Amino acid sequence: MNAVAAALRELWGLFVEDASLTLGILVCLVIAAFAFPALGLRDAWRGPLLFVLLALVLLENARRSARP
Amino acid sequence: MSWAHVGTVILAAFLASLVEFVEALTIVFAVGTTRGWRSALIGAGAGALFLTVLTLAVGPALQRIPLASLQLVVGALLLLFGMRWLRKAILRAGGVIGLHDEAAIYAKQTAALARHRGGTPPPPLRAPLDRVSLATSFKAVTLEGLEVIFIVIATGAGGLLAPAAVGAALAGSLVILAGLGLRRPVARVPENTLKFAVGVLLSAFGVFWVGEGRGFPWPGEDLALLGLVAGFTVVALLAVAAVRRSPPQALAVRPARQA
Repeated sequence: MNAVAAALRELWGLFVEDASLTLGILVCLVIAAFAFPALGLRDAWRGPLLFVLLALVLLENARRSARP
Repeated sequence: MSWAHVGTVILAAFLASLVEFVEALTIVFAVGTTRGWRSALIGAGAGALFLTVLTLAVGPALQRIPLASLQLVVGALLLLFGMRWLRKAILRAGGVIGLHDEAAIYAKQTAALARHRGGTPPPPLRAPLDRVSLATSFKAVTLEGLEVIFIVIATGAGGLLAPAAVGAALAGSLVILAGLGLRRPVARVPENTLKFAVGVLLSAFGVFWVGEGRGFPWPGEDLALLGLVAGFTVVALLAVAAVRRSPPQALAVRPARQA
């Protein structure tokens, strides 16, 4: 049982390490899925805008992680 | 499907798998040299067999999932996986956390396994099987191998499983050959540079698959993938520069964790 729990923990750790980064990525995906269509954003802009949101999340997370 | 896309898939699967195979090899070497090769190799073989059975069982089921759904789910997982790697590579390059040192990990594993044996030399080849060796090798091969399988499925999610598998197989062959040739762990791999590149590639694939899964038309179609790779590279380099500009007291190097 311990081995299974340890394996599951390792699997979870593959995708989640910093909770704020994970949350930020998931929020971006939800925005792309629901807010982009609701805002009537042109189709061709949706992919690039998703990239920009994720890039901002990564930059903010890296800067915050480097703070004391 | 353009050659740029196929080439990016092979490269991403090759580089990402290379890192995982090197990590598995380090642990199997540590087990083999301290506790005997028989149990270490049987444990590693059992791990490889488990992964083969898992792939044969799950592989056909994946082909029944509609492509758009598969791309969406895999894209989201790839973003979580790839951006986690990229964040860590940025923090390592910026000096916030220590570099991943394969030689140090090997030394630590060797010392721990030797302590467990009470300092006695490794047993002869025909000695009875050692449960600790079996479990450690099995776990290393299984966990790193699961990451390789995920990487192959994720990068090849657009009907390019074969090129992704070729990239991973090349990486596996290269690491095994290097291990056999060197007879010690492959410690001279520029691991953080590799992880930086892999983080960029996997993150780019993640955004691309999510977009494909949601039906976003990418400007330039498949070539947009190269644009995303360039975009993530620029963003990651900016992040390293920002981290390095952080106040000096912030850069007290924290010890590195594995992976």
